[in-house]
Amino acid sequence: MASTQVNPTRMELTRLKKKLVTASRGHKLLKDKRDELMRQFLDLARENMALREKVEAGIKAANTNFVIAKAGMSEQTLHTALMAPKQEVSLECSERNVMSVDIPVFEYKTKSADENDIYSYGFAFTSGDLDDAVRSLSDILPDMLKLAEIEKSCQLLAAEIEKTRRRVNALEHVIIPETQEGIKYISMKLDENERSTQVRLMKVKDMMLEEAHHYKEKQFA
Amino acid sequence: MYKIAVLGDYDSIYGFATLGLETFPVSNPEQGAVQLKRLAEDNYAVIYVTEALAADIEKEIAKYKTQIRPAIILIPGVSGNNGKGISGVKKSVEQAVGSDILFSGN
Repeated sequence: MASTQVNPTRMELTRLKKKLVTASRGHKLLKDKRDELMRQFLDLARENMALREKVEAGIKAANTNFVIAKAGMSEQTLHTALMAPKQEVSLECSERNVMSVDIPVFEYKTKSADENDIYSYGFAFTSGDLDDAVRSLSDILPDMLKLAEIEKSCQLLAAEIEKTRRRVNALEHVIIPETQEGIKYISMKLDENERSTQVRLMKVKDMMLEEAHHYKEKQFA
Repeated sequence: MYKIAVLGDYDSIYGFATLGLETFPVSNPEQGAVQLKRLAEDNYAVIYVTEALAADIEKEIAKYKTQIRPAIILIPGVSGNNGKGISGVKKSVEQAVGSDILFSGN
């Protein structure tokens, strides 16, 4: 561990070992979380794209119908016809938990149950094209709401995946190697201390024996 | 109980009123940004914004990306489709995966 200084003590060693266990466990869990989030996200993203293409095509068609309808009648008549909408949509929003990410679930209710009850005007002064236009737009509404739900989920999941990926990488490439390095450093230092104590003891023992028995003098005698 | 709003230029959104969605026609981006803020703080769970308007108020929209409500969804306007909606989906794939592995072919 070059960057930060650690105390080569037994207590620090135990602390680091504990930290390593927690970090490895966290890393494994977060990796699993990331994989599962990714799996769900990819499914959702595919669905999101398909729905979006469908909705965009639908709205485009409806817009064309509206333009045609507008061409067939005066602007005032059109405004008057659409001034007071008959239908009302309200939204019930609950939350679903996917791997600790809250994603919205929308449930919509229309004021009148009859789905043909959408024409807010008498048919006498408006062109038939307007009926088509309103109809085509109303057909696309359920898909639009579904799109809202899925696209929002996608955005939330994407943000969460990004966060989780960062955490996984930080653990894998920084925290865990640093802790391992620290453990290695401390255990080496402790081993070294132990060896030096041992050598010192041996030396002292030698000196004491020498003092007691005078081996060297006997050797030369 | 939440409501649904549609935000954009009048010609693109007046049709949605017949479905019971609340339409908020705006004529310039500044007005759009103010209106969006007002709607987001109010009781709207879904706000549909036309792509043309969204291109000008991207910053304001990005603010609500990480919140669960409101969901701001881009829709094509009467002037056509500028691909912002599709690119939004691609962007979130890119954010999650690192590169666009799903839709890079098309």
